[in-house]
Amino acid sequence: MSDLKRLGLHDLHVELGGKMVPFAGYEMPVQYPAGVMKEHLHTRSAAGLFDVSHMGQVILRPKRGMEALCLGFEALMPVDVLGLAEGRQRYGLFTNETGGILDDLMFAHRGDHLFVVVNAACKEADVAHLRAHLGDVAEVEFLADRALIAVQGPGAEAALAALVPGVAAMRFMDVGIFGWQGAALWVSRSGYTGEDGFEVSVPEAQAEGFVRALLAQEGVAPIGLGARDSLRLEAGLCLYGHDIDTGTSPVEAGLSWAIQKARRAGGAREGGFPGATRILRELAEGPERRRVGLRPEGRAPMREGVELFAADGTPLGKVTSGGFGPSVEAPVAMGYVPASYAETGTVIEGEVRGKRLPVAVAEMPFNPTTYKR
Amino acid sequence: MKYTEEHEWLRVEGDLVVVGITEHAATQLGDVVFVELPETETMVAAGDEVVVIESVKAASDILAPVDGEIVAVNSKLVDNPGLVNEDPTGSAWFFKMKVDDLDVLDQFMDEDEYADLIG
Repeated sequence: MSDLKRLGLHDLHVELGGKMVPFAGYEMPVQYPAGVMKEHLHTRSAAGLFDVSHMGQVILRPKRGMEALCLGFEALMPVDVLGLAEGRQRYGLFTNETGGILDDLMFAHRGDHLFVVVNAACKEADVAHLRAHLGDVAEVEFLADRALIAVQGPGAEAALAALVPGVAAMRFMDVGIFGWQGAALWVSRSGYTGEDGFEVSVPEAQAEGFVRALLAQEGVAPIGLGARDSLRLEAGLCLYGHDIDTGTSPVEAGLSWAIQKARRAGGAREGGFPGATRILRELAEGPERRRVGLRPEGRAPMREGVELFAADGTPLGKVTSGGFGPSVEAPVAMGYVPASYAETGTVIEGEVRGKRLPVAVAEMPFNPTTYKR
Repeated sequence: MKYTEEHEWLRVEGDLVVVGITEHAATQLGDVVFVELPETETMVAAGDEVVVIESVKAASDILAPVDGEIVAVNSKLVDNPGLVNEDPTGSAWFFKMKVDDLDVLDQFMDEDEYADLIG
């Protein structure tokens, strides 16, 4: 694994018994000794700690005022940036000229700048994209010296509040800066599991102490990428490069909720983002295909790549993520099907090891979310 | 008990060979969530894929270790795949085979040899 980058907390993961595997150019802990199933269930019943420091952290500092910065950022996404209040975070996606998705991200308004978190595999391309398009309105600062730690689950608030009491007052998608032992923690109340929880950017130098202090709290256990994937799958959340990519539009992907009124037809700042023609058309007329939740009727998991068919044999699409849902106690999946097959309850077929097995289109999330709204 | 390079264990029970996977294999697979068993009264050849097993991580096959007839399967595993992790060398056997001659098992590793293989 010599070409792979190491996390700042690599040695701690090894000490905790983490099994390190290559992911997005990093050696990442896929699981700890408890294993994927127990780690998943632990996160839903207590609190899971995830090291997601491989993700990209970027600050956009305005050169000509926040309004110009927000409008410049808006030109890259079908999202209302200008309307985001200070101290709040929002989901965004960079689109391309054909309405596909270059990456999905979180961005926060922190008064005099924006803080952006992007996917690990896309971070170099995203920074280049930002520098190419926002050069006149923003300094694009890529932060290589901060770890990113998520703590998720019903015990997350108590665990983090034991170190930083102020976080208990935060609501879902609030952001704030809190001091802890001389370090500035950048906290958001958000995550990627469907649970209430927090994501905390912490300076590399204090990261180990911070993580050890969290792990010392009752009910907090380290959780690997394996459970992170099954948790987000049960929550119906997209994984970039699998469920969404440069060929899928936000509307097809079921992410229209991320496109606020201001950017839609008739909105104050209608269009004006890459791929607007297709995206606005799909919002008005409906897309040709949709990302749907899938519940295999048998016990066999339908994983990424499983081909989907109508009962009459017509090919419909493919599973983009799938596996066993430990909280659902059954296999769950998501994939794309023509809009005419997207209605909940529609039974189609997925081909597993040469056999066509029944699978029902289902509502997502598969497991109820517990965000603190 | 005998062991294959595919991390199966083979136990003789009367004139039958009972087949399961080793503790090492179960640990490597991770939590098992799905087991598909063969039909009984099926003739199989050594190397045939007879069982499909899926863990939280991936799908894998269990191969017939020798030529013979599948005479029994452990249907408990279909409803409770987690048994493979809990008791891989005991109650989580997969199938029983009838073979022409039990001497065919001589080719496989004994416990010490298997311990060396998995280091």
